[in-house]
Amino acid sequence: MNNTEKRHMGLKALNRVSNTGIYILLTVISVVWLIPFVFIVLQSFRVENTYQVGYVIPKQWGLQNYINLWNSDFKRWYLNTLIIALAAAVFQTIIQLCMSYTLSRFRFKLRGPLMRFMLILGMFPGMLTMIILYRVLSDLGLTQANAVPGLILVSVASSGMGYYVSKGFFDTIPKSLDEAARVDGATRLQVLYKIILPLAKPIVIYTILTAFMGPWGDYVFARYVAFGTSAGYNVAVGMYSWLTNDQINRMYTTFCAGGVIVAVPVTILFLCLQKYYVEGVTGGAVKG
Amino acid sequence: MKQYSDLEYLRLSRWQKFVYKLLSFFSAIPLAIGHFFANIGGWIKKGVTAVADEFKDIGATFIHGDWKTKVSYVVMGFGNLARGQILRGLLFLVFEIVFIIYMITAGGYWMSMLPSLGKLGPTQEYNAVLDTYTTVYNDNSFKILLYGVLTIFFIIALVYTWRLNVKQNKLAEQILKSGKKLKSDKDDLRSMVDEQFYKTLLALPLTGILVFTVLPIIFMILVAFTNYDGTHNGYSNNLFTWVGLTNFNTLFSWQSAGGGQSYSATFGEILAWTLMWAFLATFTNYFLGMFVAMMINKKGIRLKKMWRTILVMTIAIPQFISLLYVSKMFARNGLINLTLLDWGWIKQPLPFWEDPTWARVTVVLINIWIGIPHLMLIATGILMNIPADLYESARIDGANAWQQYSKITLPYMLFITGPYLLTSFTGNMNNFNVIYLLTGGAPTNPAASGAAGSVGYTDLLITWLFKITTGAESQYYLASVVGIMVFVVVAFISLVVYNVLPSIKNEEDFQ
Repeated sequence: MNNTEKRHMGLKALNRVSNTGIYILLTVISVVWLIPFVFIVLQSFRVENTYQVGYVIPKQWGLQNYINLWNSDFKRWYLNTLIIALAAAVFQTIIQLCMSYTLSRFRFKLRGPLMRFMLILGMFPGMLTMIILYRVLSDLGLTQANAVPGLILVSVASSGMGYYVSKGFFDTIPKSLDEAARVDGATRLQVLYKIILPLAKPIVIYTILTAFMGPWGDYVFARYVAFGTSAGYNVAVGMYSWLTNDQINRMYTTFCAGGVIVAVPVTILFLCLQKYYVEGVTGGAVKG
Repeated sequence: MKQYSDLEYLRLSRWQKFVYKLLSFFSAIPLAIGHFFANIGGWIKKGVTAVADEFKDIGATFIHGDWKTKVSYVVMGFGNLARGQILRGLLFLVFEIVFIIYMITAGGYWMSMLPSLGKLGPTQEYNAVLDTYTTVYNDNSFKILLYGVLTIFFIIALVYTWRLNVKQNKLAEQILKSGKKLKSDKDDLRSMVDEQFYKTLLALPLTGILVFTVLPIIFMILVAFTNYDGTHNGYSNNLFTWVGLTNFNTLFSWQSAGGGQSYSATFGEILAWTLMWAFLATFTNYFLGMFVAMMINKKGIRLKKMWRTILVMTIAIPQFISLLYVSKMFARNGLINLTLLDWGWIKQPLPFWEDPTWARVTVVLINIWIGIPHLMLIATGILMNIPADLYESARIDGANAWQQYSKITLPYMLFITGPYLLTSFTGNMNNFNVIYLLTGGAPTNPAASGAAGSVGYTDLLITWLFKITTGAESQYYLASVVGIMVFVVVAFISLVVYNVLPSIKNEEDFQ
């Protein structure tokens, strides 16, 4: 065995050792990342008591927590969130695509100033606007029990600001395609729905998916708008109230059950469309 | 500081280049400010000439124009109507009529009230029928401010439209004189989906942004100069009014606030933690996420898809569930403390959320748990794009794994993700969800008890802002000052980073 071969063997052994190390690390990471969710599921089936305890596997299994859920306002909250999410998925997508397509394809005088202006606007904390939006919505009668249309209106209206990711995608579709179609006499509108939209399917799905998932985690504005009226809560605001100091000992396991009911459908949907999400996220970051 | 020539600059190491750029940015600030003031005179002159030119053009158009143009100066759109462009003419005319009606019925009142924000608050009036005193609501400061700003918007829009109307008349006359035909209504409609398609597409999104973002932001900036709070809500208890710079003085005063430390000390502490948090949150996630991605991507590692899916799955679960659950897990009587007590590993519950340092460290650690899957995804996409032959030639030259990482992978990643790092830094500064859902700002900072909205050690500026605006004593004016400060900090950081960052790319390069 000559020297090079020895070195080669050494490298191979080293590689095997480091791969084993990586497998161990990855397994640990996977466990750490999944364990809280496994705990939530396990605790949602615990029926012997309803507060936090020092063990994970229930001593008595049952569906009592899910029955409690069914008898609480949770149904209403779930429906509210679902309606907001569906509406956001439709309207936010339309608005964001209009915005990003225009900024990617057209060159007009105010384009540069407009983009800079929106960049600066984005530096203001969005929370600042809640105070006034709340008062305006309440003048329109869209708060408390009627919070759902109010939340839809606000979340859709400003969604044009989040055009970056999809603009980055449109930028990658060659402009020569547009020009060829224009030469053949197509109007800009025809170019959009006959050529660009079919090519933009991944980003359309990405936009729909993120718009749909957003409302499930929206806490702060939803709480502001629906303040104190259970009928206008979304799942985040409603379930947050279960973990306050005076409720947690009664509602802890119910919260876990609710978490399962909220997370399972969203997660399944997400995993089905994972491919598009990954494309959008990586593309968006590269473009900045 | 020492200025380098181009050649000297190229010889510097990466780190020296970075420091050099940073230093030259800051040393250029006084000069830039000097330039700014030196140029003000020029800008004013330019502005005045531009306005004067506009007026000259308006006058000239009136003198040389025909009677149709002259009538258009009063009746907007008349010229268009008279020359057969019915659609354009009607739009102008309707806009003018709506404006006049609005100004007479409402706009005039809002404008006249704007300087005082209302004169008469709610009063008690004797009701003869019921023989009691009832409250009568009069002026409404909130509405006056809101609709006053809206009316100013409206007036600006009218001036712009009127100028457009004059310009169109001038253009139409020129076109007709040269013997060409004007655009018909049909042409106009067609151009809405063709040359002017961008206007059609932008109309809805921009209206939304104008009404639901721009208007509220202007409103809130103005609120910083008023005394709008829970006890001056402008309608049902007291009116609010302009107070000048008082609120800025409050935030920056060194005097002790309500027995505790001064406002400026509280603000400084929160700002320092906000910046520290943003730095830690961004870079721990960045490097650990990259590390995980590199492990999964390594040649010879199997089940790549499974590892990735496990991590990606956690993105899908709504944050409020995972954050709230984990927050309770670490609580004094939460799963972790109870388990450790059961096993006898500890005698006292660990103070995850009670001790300032414990709380801050725990928040950063949990944020890693939240953030790594995202970073892993981003890093995976970029790592796969690094040309493989770079590594091959590095290996032939005898570079070890660390050298390959620090000379190829890291610079490449940093270059590509520079803008992303910036947005994620500013995003973390305003990361309301993680802090609020995990700790709600706790543990409370006793020294800051005099400041509005019980301040805690993990409070960011953004959660503090939220706390100030809720509850019975909501001090909206202070919240809006804090909001403006957040903007100033974010804008300053962005400006510095954009000037130092290597990857300022020309966006047209991609197309």
